[in-house]
Amino acid sequence: MAQFMDRTTAGLTIGFASVAILGVLVLPDWLMSQILIAFSRALAVLGLLVLWRTGLISFGHALYFGLGAYTVALLGKDLGITEVLITLPAAALVASVVGFGLGFVIRKYREIFFAMLNLAFSMVLFGILVKTEALGSTDGFSVEQPTLFGMGTDDSTAKLTSLFLGICAIGWIASVLVHRYLGSVLGSLTTAVRDNEIRVEYLGYSVAQAIHGKYVMSAALTGLAGGFTALALGQVDPESMVNWTVSGELVFVTVLAGPGSVAAPFIGSLVFELLRTYAFELVPYAWQLIVGGTLLVVIFFLPGGLWSLIARIGGGRKTGQRGTTAGTTAGTTAGTSAGEAGR
Amino acid sequence: MDLVLTILVEGLGYASYLFIVSLGLTIIFGVLKILNVAHGAFFAWGAYSCAFLIGEFSVMGVSDIGTMIAIPIAALVVGVVLGSAIERTIIRNLYGRDEVIIVLATFGLFLVLEDVILLVFGVDPYFAFQPTLAIPGVQIGGIYQDGYKLTMIALSLVVGLISWLVLNRTHWGKVVSAIIFDSELAVAMGVNVKRVFYVVFLAGAILGALGGAYIAPTISVSPGFGVEVIVLSFAVVVIGGMGSIAGAAIGALMVGMLRAYAVLQWPEIELFVVYAVMAAVLIFRPEGLFAPAKARKI
Repeated sequence: MAQFMDRTTAGLTIGFASVAILGVLVLPDWLMSQILIAFSRALAVLGLLVLWRTGLISFGHALYFGLGAYTVALLGKDLGITEVLITLPAAALVASVVGFGLGFVIRKYREIFFAMLNLAFSMVLFGILVKTEALGSTDGFSVEQPTLFGMGTDDSTAKLTSLFLGICAIGWIASVLVHRYLGSVLGSLTTAVRDNEIRVEYLGYSVAQAIHGKYVMSAALTGLAGGFTALALGQVDPESMVNWTVSGELVFVTVLAGPGSVAAPFIGSLVFELLRTYAFELVPYAWQLIVGGTLLVVIFFLPGGLWSLIARIGGGRKTGQRGTTAGTTAGTTAGTSAGEAGR
Repeated sequence: MDLVLTILVEGLGYASYLFIVSLGLTIIFGVLKILNVAHGAFFAWGAYSCAFLIGEFSVMGVSDIGTMIAIPIAALVVGVVLGSAIERTIIRNLYGRDEVIIVLATFGLFLVLEDVILLVFGVDPYFAFQPTLAIPGVQIGGIYQDGYKLTMIALSLVVGLISWLVLNRTHWGKVVSAIIFDSELAVAMGVNVKRVFYVVFLAGAILGALGGAYIAPTISVSPGFGVEVIVLSFAVVVIGGMGSIAGAAIGALMVGMLRAYAVLQWPEIELFVVYAVMAAVLIFRPEGLFAPAKARKI
């Protein structure tokens, strides 16, 4: 279906490459670390985007975020493994194994029940972590210095630069892969499942398996995101990694970014991070007001999220007509048209 | 024996205000099919207004027992004013959108209202203990029990009974049931569905605010405490079955007892026992333990 180098892939390649080059040559350290945090979270949002295209929203992906973060931290703390080529895949692996197991139960649910069941599971992990003294309880514990090919560095600028380049590379690979996946037959089932499950079954595909696959995929991406965030912050704790507020943030960024393109999570996440920094400085008591207000504005006036703005400016509409014809319903779900535009 | 009694009374007290709050949540969901996250804001606003009023009354020289009048005032004012404002501006424009989108919108609303509380009432906690002094404690089985807590249990019984009577024994209740069953057909029969939605939403809002107002004298009313309650009342409603009064009662009892037991006997599991039960209920009986039977429509 997708050619080897379509428009989106080319755009992603150019985008990530220029961010990486800009970061190393021009951008100040504080901005680099914000991009690092933002892009780490964007990996999780990418996972939620796959689910959202299927019509599902999870209020509990902090479960996988936390699993990823604690996997990286624990490998360093208990086993002395700090090699990122081992710890980061391990984070994704642990999250996807748990996601695979819970998926058998979760794939039966839709809408609010899907969201709530995820919430319940994530709160169980939160409760366990908060009460476990060995893992630092509410304080958490710090992450060992990461190494790459056995090399580590104490120089904070060098560490930041390498993590930054790492997240740019991983972000590029992940978004291209997800993009290719969404263009494949299995990936096309996302919108199809959302629009009409019975028809999908008639076409000979298993809805349960399709959802299960996407769920595991989102779990793996979120685990990876958690692992990277743990490395970036150098610290893991339940409150900022596993609590339901984290799930809420992830969902918020997903809605803010819009389901239109795999690039949207990265842009949305960066906007969110910058917004948060400046909001805290300017109006310290109104952060929730801003987040909540933005959410309402997006839902009422910009159902396709920030990406729909970009798509409109960039003339994405024209390619939108050429895109898949299947599954453009009357626009009950946000961003359907924008969603097609990204193909 | 003492321990069992303590857990029972603690659990009942906790369950009773959870029940009042969850009842509001569950009737809104049952009729409007909206899972209203902003319900936590009704609760918090009720508590803050009540604590504020009690403080003012106390300064004006009203007796301790007299300050209790602040509870119904706060519940009604918050429920009607805030409920109307939200229904008219936000909820009304969301009917027919995706369920999940509605949840997100009410979540946004909840965040906004939480911060408006900070702007209006400030960040310092409020203490309004006067009503608890007014009601004498009693000895049950040799253990001293707080009298105010016992009135809370009584109130929840009364509220539950009234709701049940209204829904099952009045013309109005029958109209509501008709809408729950099939709102399009209700419209065809001449029911003003929008008005019923409005009134039900207000009733739910008042109940949410009442829960907050009644609990306010027993706690320090401080920022962010609406969050825990809203997540717990979700658990209550999910366990009991969304849209069922009996379900809300059973769910609240289960959550209250479990928590009281965990707090007193097994603190390690306190934080997640409720969610574990909620997950188990969702897995084995996703419609909840006491969900009203649904007719299958084709």
